[in-house]
Amino acid sequence: MYISQDKRRTVQRHGLIFAFAIFLVVVSFSSPEFVTPGNILNVIRQVSITGMIALGVTFVVITGRLDLSVGSMLTFLTVLVVDQHNQVGPGLAMLMTLAAGMLIGVVNGFFVGFLKLNALIVTLAMLSLLQGITLFYSGGSNVNVDNAQETWFGFFGRGELFNVPMPVWFFLGAAAIASFVLLRTTFGRWIYSVGGNESVSLFSGVQTRWVVLSAYLISGLATGLAAIIMGSRVMGAQNTIGQGYELTVLAGIILGGTSMLGGSGTIWRTVIGISMLGFVQNGLLLLGFPYYIQWLVTWVVIILAVWIDLAAKRGKVFA
Amino acid sequence: MNKGISVAGNNASQKQLGVLASDSNLHRTLHFLAENYIWIFLLLCITTFSFASPYFLTINNLGNVLTQGSFIGLLAVGMTLVMINGEIDLSVGAILALACALAIGLQESIGVWPAILVALLSGALLGFVNGALVALSGMHSFIVTLGGLIGIRGIVFIYTGEQALMVEDFSYTEYAEIYLGPVSITALIFFGFAALFQWLLSSTKHGREAYAIGDNIKSAHEAGIQVKRHKIINFVLCGVLAAMAGVLLSMRMGTAEPNAGKIWELWTIIAIVLGGTRLTGGFGSMWKTVGGVLTLAVLLNGLRLLNTPNYIELVVMGSVLILALVLDKLLASGNSN
Repeated sequence: MYISQDKRRTVQRHGLIFAFAIFLVVVSFSSPEFVTPGNILNVIRQVSITGMIALGVTFVVITGRLDLSVGSMLTFLTVLVVDQHNQVGPGLAMLMTLAAGMLIGVVNGFFVGFLKLNALIVTLAMLSLLQGITLFYSGGSNVNVDNAQETWFGFFGRGELFNVPMPVWFFLGAAAIASFVLLRTTFGRWIYSVGGNESVSLFSGVQTRWVVLSAYLISGLATGLAAIIMGSRVMGAQNTIGQGYELTVLAGIILGGTSMLGGSGTIWRTVIGISMLGFVQNGLLLLGFPYYIQWLVTWVVIILAVWIDLAAKRGKVFA
Repeated sequence: MNKGISVAGNNASQKQLGVLASDSNLHRTLHFLAENYIWIFLLLCITTFSFASPYFLTINNLGNVLTQGSFIGLLAVGMTLVMINGEIDLSVGAILALACALAIGLQESIGVWPAILVALLSGALLGFVNGALVALSGMHSFIVTLGGLIGIRGIVFIYTGEQALMVEDFSYTEYAEIYLGPVSITALIFFGFAALFQWLLSSTKHGREAYAIGDNIKSAHEAGIQVKRHKIINFVLCGVLAAMAGVLLSMRMGTAEPNAGKIWELWTIIAIVLGGTRLTGGFGSMWKTVGGVLTLAVLLNGLRLLNTPNYIELVVMGSVLILALVLDKLLASGNSN
């Protein structure tokens, strides 16, 4: 069951892309409208909210932690931005949303980074807390933007620039910035080093606690940005609008090949993983399958992607 | 180096403790109470709610609490086993939904008991798939069962066609109405399995191996334990128990919702961690889990009887969970030598 060195490298670097390419070719033969610029932009617009959150969560995952609170956080922040839009106007509402997202991230980061509590449980507790806070804040009812036709708030979710929807610009722009931060700055190297080996980083003078806290802060900030796009696109929010996003986000990140153990992963992998989820969903719908078939396919794709990745790394199919 | 410092610190604190509690019996009792804090907390909750609401401390209501807690309880019994191994199973909620749908959907064509058998077998099969994937591929169970959570829910939707299935013959729902005093059959099954698996953990080879693997998988392997086979067995048991909860749910409701059991895996993890079983593996017991499950059920029931708005329970749950984690951290650092 040993795979030769050459093949191993190729599979390791491009295995995911090959599988994805095959899928794209198959779908585009079966459905002519799949590979049109309009449809591709449409898919990227659909994944931009999940994708935006995933950019932030990637930082957390690279430090070897998890953030399961982003779904509830998205709900809360979307409700917040829509409701505050009616109270204090769009500009201030957006600032409040970003600040609230970062604050929640700091709380998560404090518990995980400083008190060294288990990240899964802390963010699970935060998920529950934020659901409660959302219901408390909204009183259980849906919120809507009052003057949806007049406000410039719609620009972020509904606007277009050079025929490309604004959410796509924001997502790709944020991805470029996040990628730059991770790969080209000292802070980015700290993120990798904390995920790679925490004690060594600590003894090398990296303030690991603060790095972990900042990773959660970035995750909160990214969720705040996603909430703005979501609120602007929908012009309203239900109390369940972000339910399940935390798992989709993780699925996308895992699919991209970022290790849950920390220390490795890149932004472009996350972008590819999240887009793959989007294209799989879109392709299956165009082929005429009901929407829930994508869940089954996602299961198979996640298992295959991670297994191939692992097998390539250890040079053996079975553990 | 870091470890050295903390060890020294613990030595000092233990000396202080030794001076304070020179009576070793007292020390042991205190330690026992600290280890089993969940039962103290449960007692506190029961006392508080008994004073706060006249409806709480009635036989009828307490019977209800047990029944309501049993579904999460059955999921938790299986997941505790997996967690002591140092693994996790996020797919239990989806397995529950599939078993629930199969038990109701198939009984018209093949009869009630065969349908229940198929439902339980589906749980065993999916548990086997999870376990085999974890053992053979070397992927972390978090990833494998996260995929399972998404995919199995897809199977449920395919099978039910997005519709809620209803039983044709309502005598099926009467199975759930069997009571022993105030205790329903659902609760009896939960306690039965909890006791059985506690025995499995504390008195059998399989149980000892479970702790050994969770504690140190490498030395367990080197000691000759069949780690892979062991893990697969535990995932199968976890799947069967989740399916059992699904069958009992279908008896109780008479319908199978495709979204049944959604995010119950998270509540299950909350109950287990509240009880004191550690996610890192090698530590925990069914008694702790039963304590966590009952505490969760009492909290939810009590808060509802007090007519608190439903956001309160979510906030309480989150806060209690973090408290439990802090407490566990303190205990663990006190125990480390």
